[in-house]
Amino acid sequence: MAAFGRARIPVTVVDYGAGNLVSIEQALVAAGADVRRAAHAAEIGDPALLVVPGVGASAPAMERLHAGGFVPAILDWVAADQPFLGICLGLQLLFERSDEDGAQTLGILRGHTVRLESAPTLPHIGWNQVERRHEHPAFDGIAPGADFYFVHSYAGAPVDRDVILAETEHGARFTAAVARGNLLGVQFHPERSGDDGLRLVANVVGAAGAA
Amino acid sequence: MLRRRVIPCLDVANGRVVKGMRFVDLMDEGDPPELAERYAREGADELVYLDISAAPEGRGTLLDIVERTARRAFIPLTVGGGVRSVDDMRDVLRAGADKVGLNTRAVEDPELVRRCAARFGSQAVVVAIDARRVPPTDAMPSGFEVVVKGGREPVGLDALVWAQRVVELGAGELLVTSIDRDGTKSGFDTEQLRAIADLVQVPVIASGGAAGPDDFIAAVRDGGADAVLAASIFHRREWSIAAVKAAMAAAGLPVRLVPEASARAAMTTEGA
Repeated sequence: MAAFGRARIPVTVVDYGAGNLVSIEQALVAAGADVRRAAHAAEIGDPALLVVPGVGASAPAMERLHAGGFVPAILDWVAADQPFLGICLGLQLLFERSDEDGAQTLGILRGHTVRLESAPTLPHIGWNQVERRHEHPAFDGIAPGADFYFVHSYAGAPVDRDVILAETEHGARFTAAVARGNLLGVQFHPERSGDDGLRLVANVVGAAGAA
Repeated sequence: MLRRRVIPCLDVANGRVVKGMRFVDLMDEGDPPELAERYAREGADELVYLDISAAPEGRGTLLDIVERTARRAFIPLTVGGGVRSVDDMRDVLRAGADKVGLNTRAVEDPELVRRCAARFGSQAVVVAIDARRVPPTDAMPSGFEVVVKGGREPVGLDALVWAQRVVELGAGELLVTSIDRDGTKSGFDTEQLRAIADLVQVPVIASGGAAGPDDFIAAVRDGGADAVLAASIFHRREWSIAAVKAAMAAAGLPVRLVPEASARAAMTTEGA
């Protein structure tokens, strides 16, 4: 729970019909957030942090983001370097295009989403080690190589290697997290990754609240 | 490295955890979210609820316990039993589950697998295959036959043919139960597991027959399973999840070890 006497930090979760939102909302609440669910861009409000969750394929997700008026809102938000957290598909959509279905995605990061190469099993489902390339406040208090929960078959392949915050190996190394300014994207599901996942969410919410 | 998962399964009927022989002599064993949270603290990598309350009025209760679980156990949750349509699946996911398990209904209507995967993604669709050993025939070359309705009804379908079919239809994981071993505590049918694991690229979850840590190790090492599911040995506290995972780690298998210190009561964000 949030510390007594401290205001909860406003966080908006983009709801574009991507299934289970309960888990991420509960993880945010546990991190001290006051969570709002936006089914349309007009409902985003003025949060400290914008969260785009999601699983599944890019094309239907982009259709629903367009239908909700979210695309220009997200582009403006990130262009202004406002705190942003993309989870799983919410990270993949930051790239230019998805190899999964050819969908044109947000184009915030250069590169596209590629199928995991030489994966022994696919989808890549389960807990795997996240290896940071450099330190980042989101991982404060989390051991190097800590396990997080993944469920995906594709991952973003950034052209600009500097944005890669962490990598994970499943047959080959892939991008597990990206960071650029106040933008953070994670391929794993912190809301399903036990204590370390909750810590990461709390770090992100805390940083957004302090900004 | 990807960890091999240990998954406790909770049989749920009318909103309560039940145990005993499946489908008969059910005994009330408590509140599912409470037990789920305990398992999460002990190091469970995922949770499975198998809804065995056949009556439709149990549905609302199930959605309620799924939502209460998602509020206190921050690990993935799969719900099996009673999902008969895309709408059922939507309701279960909206309540806070990450995946659904399809079993008998998928055999009756294989296209349901495709519809569910198209709507929610393959990663959310687990197809449960219950199989028993039969003498191999031309129609059943592998000698493993699919059975439905809790293992009571053989359907004349080769389990390997069915496994390949449901993966093509969009299953993201297979939960493979040996009906011969289920409830017998004689170990997993590792030959059956290996035959299916070698055939498909999706992860295979072993189920049916666990008596102790050696069986978990065999399911992974000999059966090629990515994950191992068990119910009674955890419910009856014959083995803790931590002890099973420690034995797997000692055998050289990659598992996620949860330090006792991290099992914080602070994970609970609300009272029951």
